[in-house]
Amino acid sequence: MTNEVKIKIKTTDLNAWFCDKQALFNINMDIYEKKVTAIIGPSGCGKSTFIRNLNRMHETVQGARAEGSVLLDGRDIFEKKFDAVTLRREVGMVFQKATPFPTMTVYDNVAAGIKLYGRIGKEKLDEIVEKSLKQSALWNEVKDVLHKPGTSLSGGQQQRLCIARALAVNPKILLLDEPCSALDPISTGKIEELIHELKEDYTIVIVTHNMQQAARVADYTAFFLLGALIEFDVTSKIFTNPSDKRTEDYVTGRFG
Amino acid sequence: MKNLFEFIVEKAIFLSGAASIIFVVLIFIFLLKEGLALFGEVNFFAFLFGQNWYPISDPPQFGILPLIMGSVFVTFGAIVIAVPLGLAAAIYISEVAPHSIRGFLKSGIELLAAIPSIVLGFIGIIFLAPLLKNIFHLGSGLTALAGSIMLAFMALPTIVSIIEDAIVSVPRSYKEGALALGATHWQAIYRVTIPAAASGILAAVMLGIGRVVGETMAVLMITGNAAIMPTSLLQPVRTLTATVAAEMGEAVSGSSHYYSLFAIGIVLFIISFIINIFADIFLHRSKAMKRRKK
Repeated sequence: MTNEVKIKIKTTDLNAWFCDKQALFNINMDIYEKKVTAIIGPSGCGKSTFIRNLNRMHETVQGARAEGSVLLDGRDIFEKKFDAVTLRREVGMVFQKATPFPTMTVYDNVAAGIKLYGRIGKEKLDEIVEKSLKQSALWNEVKDVLHKPGTSLSGGQQQRLCIARALAVNPKILLLDEPCSALDPISTGKIEELIHELKEDYTIVIVTHNMQQAARVADYTAFFLLGALIEFDVTSKIFTNPSDKRTEDYVTGRFG
Repeated sequence: MKNLFEFIVEKAIFLSGAASIIFVVLIFIFLLKEGLALFGEVNFFAFLFGQNWYPISDPPQFGILPLIMGSVFVTFGAIVIAVPLGLAAAIYISEVAPHSIRGFLKSGIELLAAIPSIVLGFIGIIFLAPLLKNIFHLGSGLTALAGSIMLAFMALPTIVSIIEDAIVSVPRSYKEGALALGATHWQAIYRVTIPAAASGILAAVMLGIGRVVGETMAVLMITGNAAIMPTSLLQPVRTLTATVAAEMGEAVSGSSHYYSLFAIGIVLFIISFIINIFADIFLHRSKAMKRRKK
């Protein structure tokens, strides 16, 4: 494995539960800075639970808890004094279902995150909104409908709006939880292109059901099965020459 | 034989269903017939906008504006008290309270609805009115404010349970979206969840108003029953409902006084009708959102 890249997130013996049901078992994994890491595996294998621990969204679910450590730039985000709100500004997230805030316009959706942090001048805000929408390759499509409801956009546009919303607060890391699973191939293609561009500036972790997608966009791929990390390596190795039999069975389509 | 049975059951169910509609129509016709008889003798505008309600003086005056304003004052006061309280309670129950005490709180609120209004009236007379009298140095504590406070408690269960329902129907993904952006729990609630539940909240306010406007017994006991134009919540007032309840027994059947009480009934009917239509519109919107959640 390459050594010149910097480790952005390091999980050590990460275990997670929903009430009594354990969803993650001793995950030890490194996520590298400004690389795309894909998490693949069959449904219910803990992919989403894993990335939801990286911004502590996991703990917002009733009865959910986690143990172990997740180091972000060397600081343990599970420590009591680590503020989850500050963490989530640094670690943005886009969900499976595009969920623009229903009562807000396109513009307000993008501005929503910044407005949470305090007052900001109109010009500065306009600038950030435009920049975020350009980054998410949506600006040209929505620049004339900025003040229409966010929910009036198409599904693919809504998902890119959610990406713009996440980018607007200037995170370092972007967690994408199956961002294309509800989209058509063209919208999916646009988002994959976007991921390629974004990895210049951001560390990206993407959960995906779609192995071709992982192969297309990711530098590293992790294979999860039944809550355990089976194998983690550079993407080409996972897909062409995996070390573990179970990984091979999965990527060749023998199960899952 | 079986077909005959089916036929009978079907028709019986149809008749029971139709009966409720027929009754509403009959009640409305009856109300109109008795109420509209008034307007042969009294000008419609003098009735609605007249400032004096002296139904048994000579000549009688049938201006119900003081009564309408009495209802408006009491209702306004009650809603101003009940909506913030109800909203806060609903937010607490649905978003903040630990799972274990949520059910307990909900049944507690529902129990409040089970208290007979006459009991609230008692509490108003014995406890609240003297308290208000001392606080505001009034001649009598039986005022619009006393009515507002007691009616606020009466409207609370409706308001809390509908708002709570509306908040719970907001898809969790909206709240998660806000949290993932770095919103605090409270920011997520008031910037995303509450606006998304707005139509349910408006429906709750409307139904709360409906509950308060229609209430009779408690207001009759504690608002002081003075049919004068109110200028402040600290004055005795008399509501539309209390007027009908208080005077129906002594009005001579077939007199203008008697008809005027039915005309008040028509006014109340129209008010509740309008409120219900609005509540219905808002509830529909709220339900539409619930469907989107699936």
